[in-house]
Amino acid sequence: MTFKKRLSLLPFIISAAVTSQQLIAKDITLLNVSYDPTRELYQAFNPLFIDYWKQRTGDDVTIKQSHGGAGKQARAVIDGLQADVVTLALAYDIDAIAEKTGNIDSNWEEKLPNNSAPYTSTIVFLVRKGNPKNIKDWDDLVKPDIQVITPNPKSSGGARWNYLAAWGYAEEKYGSKEKAKDYIKQLFKNVPVLDSGARGATNTFVQRGIGDVLLAWENEAFLAINELGPDQFEIVVPSVSILAEPPVAVVDKVAEKHGTKEVAEAYLAYLYSPEAQGLAAKHYYRPVLPALADPKDIARFPEIKTFTVKQKFGSWQQAQKTHFSDGGEFDQIYTVK
Amino acid sequence: MNTLRQFSVLPGFGLSLGYTLVYLSLIVLVPISAVFIFTSQLSLSEYWQVVTSPRVMASYQLSFGTSFLAAGINAVFGVLLAWCLVRYSFPGKRIVDALIDLPFALPTAVAGIALTALYAQNGWLGQIIEGYFGIKVAFTPIGILIALVFIGLPFVVRTVQPVLEEIDTELEEAASSLGASRWQACRYVVLPVLLPAIMTGFALAFARAVGEYGSVIFIAGNIPMVSEITPLMIISKLEQYDYTGATAIASVMLIVSFILLLLINLLQSWTAKQTGRNA
Repeated sequence: MTFKKRLSLLPFIISAAVTSQQLIAKDITLLNVSYDPTRELYQAFNPLFIDYWKQRTGDDVTIKQSHGGAGKQARAVIDGLQADVVTLALAYDIDAIAEKTGNIDSNWEEKLPNNSAPYTSTIVFLVRKGNPKNIKDWDDLVKPDIQVITPNPKSSGGARWNYLAAWGYAEEKYGSKEKAKDYIKQLFKNVPVLDSGARGATNTFVQRGIGDVLLAWENEAFLAINELGPDQFEIVVPSVSILAEPPVAVVDKVAEKHGTKEVAEAYLAYLYSPEAQGLAAKHYYRPVLPALADPKDIARFPEIKTFTVKQKFGSWQQAQKTHFSDGGEFDQIYTVK
Repeated sequence: MNTLRQFSVLPGFGLSLGYTLVYLSLIVLVPISAVFIFTSQLSLSEYWQVVTSPRVMASYQLSFGTSFLAAGINAVFGVLLAWCLVRYSFPGKRIVDALIDLPFALPTAVAGIALTALYAQNGWLGQIIEGYFGIKVAFTPIGILIALVFIGLPFVVRTVQPVLEEIDTELEEAASSLGASRWQACRYVVLPVLLPAIMTGFALAFARAVGEYGSVIFIAGNIPMVSEITPLMIISKLEQYDYTGATAIASVMLIVSFILLLLINLLQSWTAKQTGRNA
């Protein structure tokens, strides 16, 4: 076949491809870009939603999942990854996507209940079995003979929750920003290794045997105990901690382009259904509607007093600027002697 | 063009030069110039502020310092390894030879995790070193050095080996028959011939070490002002969506690396001239 002949076939091939796509248009594909610790949760949730959507509309949905460090995932979306929905670790990451690409409406937080966070978690302490250093609360972390493991808040979203939890506690307990600053400085003096991500920090604590206490998300702490055996580690719940709200949002412009906006919105809304709320509790996330979940799962969560980022720091944007930007509070711990 | 043609004996100069330039542009120049274009969004004073902030300065010192040291260590021990492989034959020589290339093939993250497990307080080697000598290796700059030595090793061995193979043992025999001691034969006959190759290997190992991220990040400890490497500073800028800040630091790394590599190349061609050899 000559080149010209082949060229003349091209329009047919293209039109054939287009029509075949139209014929199977009821097969919808959604891309959910999420972060590492939600892998198991969405693996269980996606089949539920697929059934639900099939019953409601008769359409088949295929859901693709992408997991990775929250910051990296958000960057991938900014750089052009065609996510229909994002389910990330902090509002700041979704704000960043909204701001840099304009693909997410700026009022995304108000579109779903509870600031668009269908499940929450909090920051707890993971200590070695028997709690040999007798760590009970945030105060104990700044004692001279304690080693604390937490990742670097500049490179890890999870670590920012840890940092803000500690800061919030200190500000409440000691009554001023100055004193909170001293406390944080003391705390990071006790950190021998700052891993770049949360999983790395868990490794350092669990595999390398370094440190007396690991600051961790509650769901991750439960998972660590489950996987490594309750004979090695235990969870200590501090007197007060931060309410971690991992938010979800539809990437409006991308979903509109894909024609998936309706199903994307339904997907996120379904996270608030009894089935999904029960599933979240099963995977150690605290559901925002605990009445819908299995009481046995809920009973695993200890009572804890929490504060939100909004209450203590105004917003994620503000917290980011004051604490984690260049020259901010975190940098000063190390650069100001 | 006419003058050029006169100089070139081989045909196809224009074609091969054109190909070289296009290929280099696509693969190297375009991505690198993107770094500078991104950086140019900053004003000069902003740029200066980003690239000279205390944490970043400390990271340059650490990254370039440990890379230089690691390349130096590799230059010495790489030559020894190459010597052993070229001059002696022993059972299992081929296996040893293949082992040397392993750091090329291994994903760097795997290397980093393995080294950390080995040198941490509860690791095989870490326990011994900390127990007997009181030296912490993992999560300190020493750990970074070890990771960089690991990934840089093949470069020196593989550049020195072929040159060493070419040197006739007769040269040394001649030297010794003229009354040179073993040491003198090495110092004045073998080493000058090897030197350009050693420097090439050094430069390659150094360049690789400066940009290394995967293997270092696990063993470094990443404490600001102490054990943060420059590539980590770039990553933390990216985590804050500060793309221009990240490229600004990258541009400094590129410029400094380029100058250092250029210097080493100049030095190498100078020594090559001194020893009357074209490396």
